[in-house]
Amino acid sequence: MTDTLVDFDELLTRYEPVIGLETHVELGTASKMFCGCATTFGAEPNTQTCPVCLGLPGSLPVANAAAIEATIRIGLALGCRIASWCRFARKNYFYPDIPKGFQTSQYDEPLCTAGHLDVEVDGETYRVEIERVHLEEDTGKNLHVGGSTGRIHGASHSLVDFNRAGIPLVEIVTRPIPGAGAKAPEVARAYVTELRDIIQTLGASDVRMEQGSLRCDVNTSLAPVGSLEWGTRTETKNVNSLRSVERSVRYEMRRQAAVLDAGGRVLQETRHFHEDTGSTSPGRSKEEATDYRYFPEPDLVPVAPDAEWVEKLAAELPELPAARRARLQEEWGLSPTEMAWLVNAGALGLVDATVAAGATPADARKWWLGELARRANDAGVELAELAVTPRQVAELTRLVAEGTVNDQLARQALDGVLAGEGDPAQVVEARGLAVMGESDELVAAVEAAIAGAPDVVAKVRGGKVQALGALVGAVMKATRGKADAATVKRMLEERVL
Amino acid sequence: MSTPVNTDLTTLDAAELGRRLAAGETSSVELTQAYLDRIAAQDDVLGAYLHVDPEVALARAGEVDAARAAGEELGPLAGLPVALKDVFVTEGVPTTSGSRILEGWRPPYDATVAARLKAAGTVLLGKTNMDEFAMGSSTENSAYRPTRNPWDPDRIPGGSSGGSSAAVAGGLAPWALGTDTGGSIRQPAALTGLVGHKPTYGAVSRYGLIAFSSSLDQAGPMARTVLDAAVLHEAIGGHDPRDSTSIDAPVPVLVKASQEGARGELAGLRVGVVRELGGDGHTDGYDAGVLERVRETVELLAGMGAEVREVSCPAFDLALPAYYLIAPSEASSNLARFEGMRFGLRVGDDGSHSLEEVMSLTREQGFGPEVKRRIVLGTYALSAGYYDAYYGQAQKVRTLITRDFTSAFDDVDVLVSPTSPTVAWPIGARVDDPLAMYAADLCTLPASLAGLPAISVPCGLSEGLPVGFQVMAPALSDDRCYRVAAAVEAALDAARGSRLLDELANREAAA
Repeated sequence: MTDTLVDFDELLTRYEPVIGLETHVELGTASKMFCGCATTFGAEPNTQTCPVCLGLPGSLPVANAAAIEATIRIGLALGCRIASWCRFARKNYFYPDIPKGFQTSQYDEPLCTAGHLDVEVDGETYRVEIERVHLEEDTGKNLHVGGSTGRIHGASHSLVDFNRAGIPLVEIVTRPIPGAGAKAPEVARAYVTELRDIIQTLGASDVRMEQGSLRCDVNTSLAPVGSLEWGTRTETKNVNSLRSVERSVRYEMRRQAAVLDAGGRVLQETRHFHEDTGSTSPGRSKEEATDYRYFPEPDLVPVAPDAEWVEKLAAELPELPAARRARLQEEWGLSPTEMAWLVNAGALGLVDATVAAGATPADARKWWLGELARRANDAGVELAELAVTPRQVAELTRLVAEGTVNDQLARQALDGVLAGEGDPAQVVEARGLAVMGESDELVAAVEAAIAGAPDVVAKVRGGKVQALGALVGAVMKATRGKADAATVKRMLEERVL
Repeated sequence: MSTPVNTDLTTLDAAELGRRLAAGETSSVELTQAYLDRIAAQDDVLGAYLHVDPEVALARAGEVDAARAAGEELGPLAGLPVALKDVFVTEGVPTTSGSRILEGWRPPYDATVAARLKAAGTVLLGKTNMDEFAMGSSTENSAYRPTRNPWDPDRIPGGSSGGSSAAVAGGLAPWALGTDTGGSIRQPAALTGLVGHKPTYGAVSRYGLIAFSSSLDQAGPMARTVLDAAVLHEAIGGHDPRDSTSIDAPVPVLVKASQEGARGELAGLRVGVVRELGGDGHTDGYDAGVLERVRETVELLAGMGAEVREVSCPAFDLALPAYYLIAPSEASSNLARFEGMRFGLRVGDDGSHSLEEVMSLTREQGFGPEVKRRIVLGTYALSAGYYDAYYGQAQKVRTLITRDFTSAFDDVDVLVSPTSPTVAWPIGARVDDPLAMYAADLCTLPASLAGLPAISVPCGLSEGLPVGFQVMAPALSDDRCYRVAAAVEAALDAARGSRLLDELANREAAA
């Protein structure tokens, strides 16, 4: 079934979107939330399990202190209030991937509440209010076997992998975000991006959307412009990339507008996002939602973070992305637009690291946004995935600045680095890429060029000084680019003029 | 006519058996064989055990004997047989919690208390019968068979730890572990003439105890004497990092308290008799004989120098309804894991049923009626719109009960009451009347809801059946329970000239 869609710009003349995001982050703790099992991604199914995370009769949970600390740090980074006393709660429902018949989560007593995150889209700042940050355990993973799609429909049987069951999961829930208008899709994306960067900066998770260590549910609703009431929302799941966050909001806005235009009613439901088509399709209807019968988890003692400890954690937070951006922009003397380019290219951290390794900010930016961006683009990879480190880039800029290589030679040296031939200096040495000094070889090449082009020499001597360029080119060609053009020019001038 | 030696061994208390083992007067194999013989002869009638593996038990006993013979340093419990309620998971040994839904399941790990007893060198005789998932007061809710009371095989042995109580009273084990959620150690101990103690909540690890109601469940000892119970309690007690609700504090010194109590050292002890548990205006449902034995015991304590006064705890009247909301609520969630996916029974997995149907069929067939009743009750009490009125209110009652205890303990050191309002009743008498069955826990529920230690010690017979005397103490003051119980035990034994359980042995010999 194909949904009817309304043109995005057109719908904005009649409707206001409200969005909201629930983000799940798998923490990067060494062990699971309530037992000592390892959390390594991609291990053989059911090899990282024990009586506790398998929910065997008699087993009991013990909360992972490192996970509680990480959650509090995330809360602090989002400006949340940290509960002085709170409890875990049981969320009861039956499904094969939850071994105990309930998920240990938090309900009306989350660890962190009332925070906010400012995100910037096109120079405009949007404040996203954070309702809560709570800690829970991940479920196992169902593998549907025998069908063509890997989905449950058409499968002959299903297997469950409990390696993921019990991995600490932090849920970050925003309050509804109104007022973003046409920017709603981008605000959603910017929020998830910023959240991801914060959590990465905290070192709390590897936040890899493609591996599911950061997962997003995106709520979208539309209301007529000027309406005091918000519309019915849908919750889109299976949104597995930053781009998909933006696309799913855009799609839902266009779809819901068509439903409302036709006089219909938006159903409060869960929808699934399809990466290939960029569309959503209905899932489970919320109207027949389970009653989870939450109650405080009696097997765990309350969490009561000591106020002094929380203060200490707050004081020890690393510099967060927004502060870092502001600082670097100031230090590097960049305009907001230049800064935005750097951030959007995913080069901020790389440039910073390159500067830290000794390059000037200008050189570092030039390399990462120029030559390296082009190569990443050609290879179809992210900048960070290139086989060159910021330290190596800094070394390249140093070799250029010292005059050991020129720009062209430096690019050849980069070829060698990317091919795994070692650090830039090693490549320059091995490939013989260093700029030639005023050596006998260069003198010979200069004199050969003069002798080989008497007509040009005559022109120059006759006053057409710019003709000297042809002689420079000949010398450069003869030395296969290894000579320094300025030096060659000076040597020619000395001899011709 | 001479009695075989083995029969003699099975009428001795564990302390005496331990002495004989240490002195080389008997061996663990001989002892284990004696109990196995007794089980073979008696358990068809009693139904105390769900699982016994003589070969494994004897092999284990042989190992301990060999270690002793080799001169290894052994603890005081080494070589002593013990029985475990089937609610404790035991590595490689079938564990059912009295339910069909776990039939055939062999756990891959040991409960902490089982591991501690193993490490102490005890020999596991077998797993004892129980009400399914510990839900019941008579052991008639076992999915396998009812257990009978050794004092009268037509009567129930109490519950839910009725397999353990029948085994110890009947000489089919020297001692045993039970669990107590609302009285499941104390009440069966009372009804079979044993000592049974429910420790302070958190004093004994719950790791590996198949949960009925997590905020109430506690494991504890059931034994022939107060001293034995204290020894067993000290062996299993203490902090366990695998149970976050376990208290990180030293185990109170219980053996010493029992020894001191047995010498009648009670001068200055302030004893509160709880009016709401069988006192004036609160005698409905209590056997006159039970109240009489308890009154005599209180007088006995006064005679030993205790200051006795009546104490009122009005919120105790609300303990029963509060308990029957909290325990089923937690149970409805604890028992959700039994859905046939990972272990135990699975019904209907023939390709013709959906996942939900397989789960439903498994639970339909795997759970007995009382378990279903409590799951329904608990599910309802936790449901949206009812939570505040039921589960929420019940938690408030729990707070009130705790307050009553706190203010009572401002004035007295221990509180006392009957353990059970009645003596053991005939099998089947309350099966069709759940409310009458629930009333059996009237006296034991308050200490459970407040998480306090409470012991039941025999205080004589009524209608020829044992009566239990309950002693309750503040949290982590389990030693007070043992001290007072030991004083009662010693005084009554002295007055009688023999132990109460000897009466049972005499009757058996006469029969």
